[in-house]
Amino acid sequence: MQEVHQFKDHQREARLFRNRVVVMAVFMILLACTLVYRYYDLQIVNYEEYATQSDRNRVHVQPVPPTRGLIFDRNGALLADNKASFTLSVVSADATELNNTIELLKGLIEITPSDLGKFYKAQKQRRHKLDPVPLRFRLTEDEIAHLAVNQHLLDGVEVNAELVRNYPYADMFAHVIGYTGSISEKEMDAFTPEQLQRYSGTHAMGKNGIEASYEDVLLGEVGSQNVETNARGRVMRILDRIDSKQGSDLRLHLDVRLQETAVAAMRGRRGAVVAIDVKTGGVLAAVSYPGFDPNLFVTGIGYRDYKNLNEDVDTPLFNRFLQAQYPPGSTVKPILGLAGLDSGFTDVNRAISDRGVFTLPGSSRIWRDWSLAKTGGGHGRVDLKVAISQSCDTYFWDLGNRMGIDKISEYGHYFGMGILTGIDIPHERKGIWPSREWKRAARREAWYPGDTVNISIGQGNMLATPMQLAVMTSTIANHGVRYRPQFIQKIGDQVHEPIVEEVFDTKPEYWDAVIGGMEEVMHGARGTARKASDRAEYRMAGKSGTAQVVAIAQNAKYNSALLKERHRDHALFVAFAPVEAPEIAVAVMLENAEGGSSQAAPVARAMMDARLLGYYLKADEFVPPVGFHHAAIIKRANNYIAERKAVRVAKEAELTAKSALNAAASSSSSSAASGSGAGNE
Amino acid sequence: MSKQDFLRRMPEAASAFSRRARLAERLHIDFFLLLLLMLLTVIGLTVLYSASGHNLPSVEKQGTFFVIAYATMFVVAQVPVDFIRRTAPFAYVGGVVLLLAVTIFGDISMGAQRWLQIGSFRFQPSEIMKLAMPITVAAYLSRGFLPPRFRQVVIVLGLIGLPTALIIEQPDLGTSILVATSGVMVLFFSGLLWRYIAAAVVMFGASLWPIWHFMLHDYQRQRVLTMLDPTQDPLGTGWNIIQSKTAIGSGGLSGKGWMEGTQSRLDFLPEGHTDFIIAVMSEEFGLLGVILLLSIYAMVIIRGLMIAVNSQNSFGRLLAASISSTFFVYVFVNMGMVSGIVPVVGVPLPLISQGGTAIVALFAGFGLLMAISTEKKRVMTPQA
Repeated sequence: MQEVHQFKDHQREARLFRNRVVVMAVFMILLACTLVYRYYDLQIVNYEEYATQSDRNRVHVQPVPPTRGLIFDRNGALLADNKASFTLSVVSADATELNNTIELLKGLIEITPSDLGKFYKAQKQRRHKLDPVPLRFRLTEDEIAHLAVNQHLLDGVEVNAELVRNYPYADMFAHVIGYTGSISEKEMDAFTPEQLQRYSGTHAMGKNGIEASYEDVLLGEVGSQNVETNARGRVMRILDRIDSKQGSDLRLHLDVRLQETAVAAMRGRRGAVVAIDVKTGGVLAAVSYPGFDPNLFVTGIGYRDYKNLNEDVDTPLFNRFLQAQYPPGSTVKPILGLAGLDSGFTDVNRAISDRGVFTLPGSSRIWRDWSLAKTGGGHGRVDLKVAISQSCDTYFWDLGNRMGIDKISEYGHYFGMGILTGIDIPHERKGIWPSREWKRAARREAWYPGDTVNISIGQGNMLATPMQLAVMTSTIANHGVRYRPQFIQKIGDQVHEPIVEEVFDTKPEYWDAVIGGMEEVMHGARGTARKASDRAEYRMAGKSGTAQVVAIAQNAKYNSALLKERHRDHALFVAFAPVEAPEIAVAVMLENAEGGSSQAAPVARAMMDARLLGYYLKADEFVPPVGFHHAAIIKRANNYIAERKAVRVAKEAELTAKSALNAAASSSSSSAASGSGAGNE
Repeated sequence: MSKQDFLRRMPEAASAFSRRARLAERLHIDFFLLLLLMLLTVIGLTVLYSASGHNLPSVEKQGTFFVIAYATMFVVAQVPVDFIRRTAPFAYVGGVVLLLAVTIFGDISMGAQRWLQIGSFRFQPSEIMKLAMPITVAAYLSRGFLPPRFRQVVIVLGLIGLPTALIIEQPDLGTSILVATSGVMVLFFSGLLWRYIAAAVVMFGASLWPIWHFMLHDYQRQRVLTMLDPTQDPLGTGWNIIQSKTAIGSGGLSGKGWMEGTQSRLDFLPEGHTDFIIAVMSEEFGLLGVILLLSIYAMVIIRGLMIAVNSQNSFGRLLAASISSTFFVYVFVNMGMVSGIVPVVGVPLPLISQGGTAIVALFAGFGLLMAISTEKKRVMTPQA
């Protein structure tokens, strides 16, 4: 009975089940069709959209930074080149991932808090989420090896060889070449869209000097490449590439040997030397001593280094040849003489009888000539030539007083005084060639006749930079043709032509008189700088000057250093040579060196000897006395200096080795290494 | 009996077929199903090699799991169906006990407590439940008359509800759906009255609101919202869906080619070797590849349903139909969630996605299918 019942059930159940299977099958077919339709919709209907989206995910356009143009001196010596520097950059899409990565890196290489500070700052400024941000510059070989071994742990970490600026001569050209530095947020904000594009692959730009003023041609043109990146921004491969165009190379008028000669001749004294090629206005040498190492600024100077430079009492960051303004003193006497001749207030034969003092009518103030302190009297009978060669103050007090301020102020610009010379590096200062208007505007005071007397010998309110003095001297040498002083000689293959700024046209005999007076300074029996022309093989013209420190002592920096030495006058000297066909004009300023003729003139002579005769001096080597060029003896002296230095260094090394041993049980290898390292120098 | 007579009469023509059939019978193997599974295995390992970033060790590991899985399938296929039916309650109780153990002792990984560690062996008890559930429900329902009465339905719902709740608690929404589905499928195939089904659909609709507000975790709610509009949070929860849709769409008709899928190769596609592997396959083999894969799946399901229909007892029918249709749910939910028409619930693509115990559990299910397909002869032979 039960058997039959169950059998019947079995049939019915099977039928019921088959029905259910059919229902389920229909249901599944419907759902499967939905799926197929969905994939059809994604893969066929909207294929284009998703294909584009997929490419946008993986393909990124990366800028290819151009190589910065090189900078050469006139003889092809490299003043600025590009050196491969290994930079570690991190791509950080995700903050926690980034922290892990940095912790890992800290275990592998040295990362200072200042590195991290700069990194986070740069990270905030990055333009795209997946832009690599530099964390460490100048990795050593060891560090690169450590990173390579652990590369699999370091997702998003890149070591890139990047070309960074390198200045082989370090501090010698710091104030001329300037330096490149990281582009700041402020600079970036000021960029036009075109500039943003040009700098898209470049981290640095010229900040000062030639690097800044020729930034546009040095930079080059950015290229681009399509790269395939993974989801974390790591570049997997380069798809295609448009190469960047290297920036133009610059050739400057500068001569490394002449620059070295200037530094050597200055013998460690603070000051400035400018030498100008008279025929073109090209700057042959421009020294501001002490300088600084521009390489420090290239990858970002550290706080401590910058503080040290900035607070140094010798102000190495201060560009003395371009920004330091001194009373030009007697160096302006030649141009005042020319102004007097041109305006008819004197002539070549007019002479005065000098008793060493000068007074203004109706005034009790007495101006005393420098000769009064030395000889107890004046220069006697003095015409313009004598007045220049003996630097007679009285003559120029008288001349200036008779010309009056208005006449004097008309002539300054002819010689580049009181105006910008137009030099091709930034931050030039223009000094002061005073006038009534100037004093009213600057001092809110009327012009007094006594002021005219003061400026007649380049004191009082008159100020000039060493660059201006060199331009002035060069203009005299050129008989009134004033070239714009320029460092640039060639951009790429394009020669940069000299630029005449202005021509001062006056009678030839006036030039002869003034230049004759300057020649007498060097060669005359009573010329103030006659010692500087000792054994000269060519004729030169020059003029000494003394800049009173009082005017500069208003500067707080100098007040703080209450050193007796820093209250001495600055020594000035300007010169050009050869007199018959001038080639080089030099301006020398030595701070607190007193005597322009005794201290500054030999430096000018060394420059002219180097340029005209090829007697170049080397920094840190023996500087022979003026006019002495005996090569064999100079070589012996240098050998002797080198020997002495070696002995001194060896002694020092011994001392440090001893102190290292005493100080701690530090490893003997390090002291030996430092000893041998010092011995090699 | 009649078939044997027929064969006896035409020995030459049918000899090859009969030899194969006899071999299949003796080994309890369904050769057609085996062929499809091996095809899927090859496809799976091929896609995995590309999806894992040319990682041979991970493919080898998966291969090892396949070997274990095939062995498991053969072993399960040998077990008499009746034995399976009778031991079902023990499997169920054991599964529930292990699930309870997981909630108490389990390992936490990726924010969910799913794993149980015994010695060096680590597994998910919920995988056991994927099979224990349909076996138990089928065993229970096949004992009485079909279609089930209300009392039976209530008991079955209780049987389904307990482990499902435990798995949801872990939380593992994907597995709980699959476990519940496998039970519900049995109920459906048992001939559950349409009015019960209609009532269930209405009740489910009505309970959506309380489920949404009280039962789902925040991340599960987020997944649903993300599916509705992935662009709301493109870098967060929407990222996976946007990237997987991009991968699928950029594959086009014939795909970018094997190992050429940029979305997976360059790591834009998360979970490309596990739950989202269909996106890799769609990207590299295009719509044609997807349709090929779907066709093989369809044949597996059809074969499973055929086994169910041909089964001579209701336990075998119900179990085989449930296993086959749950397999379909696997495929549909996975391919649906990756392409953005189903919320992301963590269901792997069967036999293709990387994963050890899940594959072994699936093959155990195919073993059951094979046991059922060869069982009928065993039942019929004594009757002859």
